Amino acid sequence: MELSCDIQKLLGTFSFRANFHIGGSQERGTHLAGTKVGIFGPSGSGKSTLMLLLAGLLKPDKGRICLGETVLYDHAAGINLPPEQRRIGVVFQHARLFPHLSVIKNLLYGYNRVPRAQRCIQPEEIIRVLALEHLLERGVNLLSGGERQRVALGRTVLSCPRLILMDEPLSGLDENLKLQIIPYLNEVSAEFGLPLLFISHSLLEMRLMTNQVLLVEAGEVQELIATETLATKLWRSGRQSYINVLHLDSPRERDGIFVYNWGGLSLVLTEQAEDDNAVFELDARDILLFKRHPEATSARNLLSCTVEELSPAGNRVLVDLLCGDGGSTSNNTSSDGIGERGRQRLKVQIVPESVRELGLAPGREVVAAIKASSFRRAG
Amino acid sequence: MVFLQPGDMSAILLSLKVATAATLVATPIGIAVAWFLVYGRFPGKTLVEGVVNLPLVLPPVVVGYFLLLLFGKNGWIGSILLKFNIQIIFTLSGAILASAVVGFPLLVRSIRLGMEAVDHSYHHAARTLGANVWDAFFTITLPLSLRAVFAGMTLMFARSLGEFGATIILAGNIPGRTQTIPLAIYDYTSTPGGDRMALSLCLVSIFFSFVVLLISNAAAGRSMERR
Repeated sequence: MELSCDIQKLLGTFSFRANFHIGGSQERGTHLAGTKVGIFGPSGSGKSTLMLLLAGLLKPDKGRICLGETVLYDHAAGINLPPEQRRIGVVFQHARLFPHLSVIKNLLYGYNRVPRAQRCIQPEEIIRVLALEHLLERGVNLLSGGERQRVALGRTVLSCPRLILMDEPLSGLDENLKLQIIPYLNEVSAEFGLPLLFISHSLLEMRLMTNQVLLVEAGEVQELIATETLATKLWRSGRQSYINVLHLDSPRERDGIFVYNWGGLSLVLTEQAEDDNAVFELDARDILLFKRHPEATSARNLLSCTVEELSPAGNRVLVDLLCGDGGSTSNNTSSDGIGERGRQRLKVQIVPESVRELGLAPGREVVAAIKASSFRRAG
Repeated sequence: MVFLQPGDMSAILLSLKVATAATLVATPIGIAVAWFLVYGRFPGKTLVEGVVNLPLVLPPVVVGYFLLLLFGKNGWIGSILLKFNIQIIFTLSGAILASAVVGFPLLVRSIRLGMEAVDHSYHHAARTLGANVWDAFFTITLPLSLRAVFAGMTLMFARSLGEFGATIILAGNIPGRTQTIPLAIYDYTSTPGGDRMALSLCLVSIFFSFVVLLISNAAAGRSMERR
């Protein structure tokens, strides 16, 4: 299944254009099932407009939208499927749970409207995945923000959509809750194989949720790029610093600090995660590079790395490192920060003077030093 | 109630009957018209709105007279109804019709305000979950504006209990058939020595209005608790 969209819409003085294609023929063999594509752009760029147009809540002026074999909208042919026939689920920004219905009635609202033969997910299953068992009979006004968003997600999944749109589902929640919801979102998408379009203006959310991103700027949907490319692109524009996103697991305590496994490498952190798996942020500016292994240092993490690439931008240079033993450059590693076992990717920001002094060039061996307290919990 | 005359009881019952029937008949139509005014997009909406609200500002006597022209024996609708042997004027149906028309704008106004206060995004959410326009209206928008519907109904019920002008023109003032409380009071005040009897009916009228107010307040309070 694939989603292709070529539409225009004029809203007052705001003109919106979108022309993109996700899944299917463009990348051979790829399937929309389980794909998570982000829609990224600043506020007011038209992200939500795109959501409304895809869901059928807003009618485009001209163009065509296709989801798999189904034509959702075709101006020339006069086709405009109403929202209830599109089978595109939407998780709205503020949950929009029906205030006069209990949690269970909210959950089953969409499910009860799906023909029996098309029901793909059992309510018990999603209630278990989202841990909603103890909330079912409650009124929705008594739920916390995170619980509301979980119910909204369950409600949408139970309507058995072919595609789920998420319109900034985390923006109303505080930092802690976001971290709690993201694993649920990922689990639902993975467990039920539902393709997901995730709208957000937060780069971190994008990197935690998606592999690919559609850029939206000033009412125009631009190219489809890898999420990692977007992160570098934003760094280059000088708007944001580069943040390394590290997936760590199996923490064990050692003298009050914690040793994590980072895909075969060991990292020492001051912060403890509640779960076995955790995601941490590490600012590219918080990493020091040494030419040789320093004799002694206060930094708890010393990683031998190989320089892969240098990307200069103004007075800053982003150094792409491949960490771990051994040293040969490998081009097979994926670009999303997860390398092969025992080899991990890390980006470090330094100034051009340091590049000259250390004599940095691709293939060069360096040692990266990271303080145990530089890591921040992300999800 | 020692002062009540034997005929008064029938006037009281008739009043309740007329007000209840008028409210029940008008409510579904009121909901439909309110929906139309809130969500409908068509040219001349302002005109429809004006016509709906007209009975609110017109003297009830004028409304009654127009109804008489329409539903009279030679009237546009009345002549058709007569073929089916249905007579509106000088009957209970006439009193109900007069009350319904005069109270209608109050009902529509209340329901309309209630529907406008319901966040339309709930409707959108229901649509993306597979509900069509009607389904979403009956399961989401209407239940969420139920409080306003009920408020409109009590308002209309109270207005119908006091309806005089349109009723006396369309249904006349026939004791036992179309004579409601206000009409009975009018009869007493125009009869020498009827003052005391008029006063006792006035007390009955005040009592009913007060009960309606209490009910509407209690209902509003209960739905507040649920939120």
